[in-house]
Amino acid sequence: MGWFTKTKESIVPTNLWTKCQKCEDAIYNKDLEKSLHVCPKCGYHFRLSVSARIGMLVDEGSWNEIDGHLRTADPLQFKALTSYSERVERAVDKSQALEAITTGLGNIDGRPAAIGVFNFAFMGGSMGSVVGEKIVRLVDRAIEESRPVLVVSCSGGARMDEGVLSLMQMVKTSQAFSRLSDVRLPFLSVLTDPTTGGVTASFSMLGDVVMAEPGALIGFAGPRVIEQTIKETLPEGFQRSEFLLATGVIDMIVRRSDLKATLCRLLDFFLPARAVKAISSEIPETADADAGAALTL
Amino acid sequence: MKELPFEHHLLELEKKIDELKSLSKAHFIDLSQEIQTLTAKLEKSKAETYSNLTAWQTAQLARHPRRPLTLDYIAALTEDFLELHGGRQWPDDHSIVGGLARFQGEPVVVVGHQKGRDTKENIHRNFGMPHPEGYRKALRLMKLAEKFDRPILSFIDTPGAYPGMEAEERGQAEAIARNILEMSRIRVPIVVIVIGEGGSGGAVAIGAGDAVLMLEHAIYSVISPEGCASILWKDASKAEEAARALKLTARDLLDLQVIDEMITEPLGGAHRDPKTTSGDVSDAIGRHLERLRAMTSDELLRLRYDKYRRMGVYTEKVNGE
Repeated sequence: MGWFTKTKESIVPTNLWTKCQKCEDAIYNKDLEKSLHVCPKCGYHFRLSVSARIGMLVDEGSWNEIDGHLRTADPLQFKALTSYSERVERAVDKSQALEAITTGLGNIDGRPAAIGVFNFAFMGGSMGSVVGEKIVRLVDRAIEESRPVLVVSCSGGARMDEGVLSLMQMVKTSQAFSRLSDVRLPFLSVLTDPTTGGVTASFSMLGDVVMAEPGALIGFAGPRVIEQTIKETLPEGFQRSEFLLATGVIDMIVRRSDLKATLCRLLDFFLPARAVKAISSEIPETADADAGAALTL
Repeated sequence: MKELPFEHHLLELEKKIDELKSLSKAHFIDLSQEIQTLTAKLEKSKAETYSNLTAWQTAQLARHPRRPLTLDYIAALTEDFLELHGGRQWPDDHSIVGGLARFQGEPVVVVGHQKGRDTKENIHRNFGMPHPEGYRKALRLMKLAEKFDRPILSFIDTPGAYPGMEAEERGQAEAIARNILEMSRIRVPIVVIVIGEGGSGGAVAIGAGDAVLMLEHAIYSVISPEGCASILWKDASKAEEAARALKLTARDLLDLQVIDEMITEPLGGAHRDPKTTSGDVSDAIGRHLERLRAMTSDELLRLRYDKYRRMGVYTEKVNGE
């Protein structure tokens, strides 16, 4: 390893300097941290770790992680070149996280919210049973406590290793947000680089406001798959945030430095919602009954 | 007529039997003994082949060029089909069809993916791979069903959503997400029938319902075996292994509790006896519709929610919290 550390997955600096992936400028790590991991020269948004993301959005001392005890199972006994359980183990080692999303309750500049942050370092932020379940429980909790929901997505899509069960998480999560909508609690969806596949094609596109960080790759099909299908090279900037804004797919692009202030403005605009009849009584007992059922599979 | 590799010896036997029959007829020879022996051999061979299909062979059957398609089922199962094309989006998407029909005498709304039979038809149908406007057309028809209190039948048969530039430009992901969300709140019964390929997001976009039925040799998967092989094995030719690993057959999905019922196909697959197949499909739909019709809308929505709420497998280890 030379003078710079070239890190794609992790932005944890191991040296004093980090090379910008876009302009290739060397950035002093302390400056990078101060700028919320955005290149001071070209504005490139580095991928952010979950803790850094929570750190920049959530008031100190207010964060309370929930459902961190949910663990990945291997329902299909899936094995490709390596087995799923080995891949999970490796992902845990590499990411120092137990799954591809962290959920919890916290305040955004004094405004209570229910927050989920995807972790790309854990198997590409892919959505399997645990991610789906954690998102639904987050929404349930938000309804119980009348909190808005914020999800910061960063995901390659559904997790193949859990097969069709991963696919079904698209339904499971989307329908939960339908309930959130019924009680008129806002859902703010932030898309970061990259957000594709089954995550884009489910809840993350269903925000009352859908916003993206600059330059993020966002789409349903990945660029490589599209290029193979149409047998052409995609134009520069295709499926990037700016392109999605131009085609009317997302509401706005928000620079990382403006994200917290923007979220606050939105929450202040939407909340408190006009009083509606609570439907929380209709929400099924989730924790015990469902977990039991899930385990019998 | 195209054939699959594992069908070859059966088709050979069938050909031989036909030859013997015409020989016996033309020359007034009694070959009934030989014909009988061969027929018995054929039946035995058929039973052996089709009761032990691998996941990959099932995938091939699900994509069989002669397999009945959505419009075939609509024609066989319903009367009075009136196709409605208008998704109110540009352009009309021919890979999704839908309209009004009568099923067992009662008015219903039908939607479904439509593949083609030959190259020309397949180009017209985009190989059953929808663009966003296809999903939006299906949603419009489903909302129409809700407005007039008619149940919805949705036929699934797609390799997946079309991975092209225009589909992305017009918001493929949002269209799929919107359909899933709306289907979770539509206040009329939705019966989904996976008749061929249930290809990922493109399938689920019209596939979230109260009852999900699946033909024995259909497949339903988060990714195609070929796609999975090229990503996880870095080698598309490992599709056979990927098919097995993905657990994508009707029996697998029944085990995983993702579908409610598997509809058995005639020996050799739906394409060998479309009439019996559609009869069985009709019976299954009828049974589920009867059950769902007896429920109030609130009950229907609650059960539909609970059904998907339960899907997924994980463990809970309480030590850190």
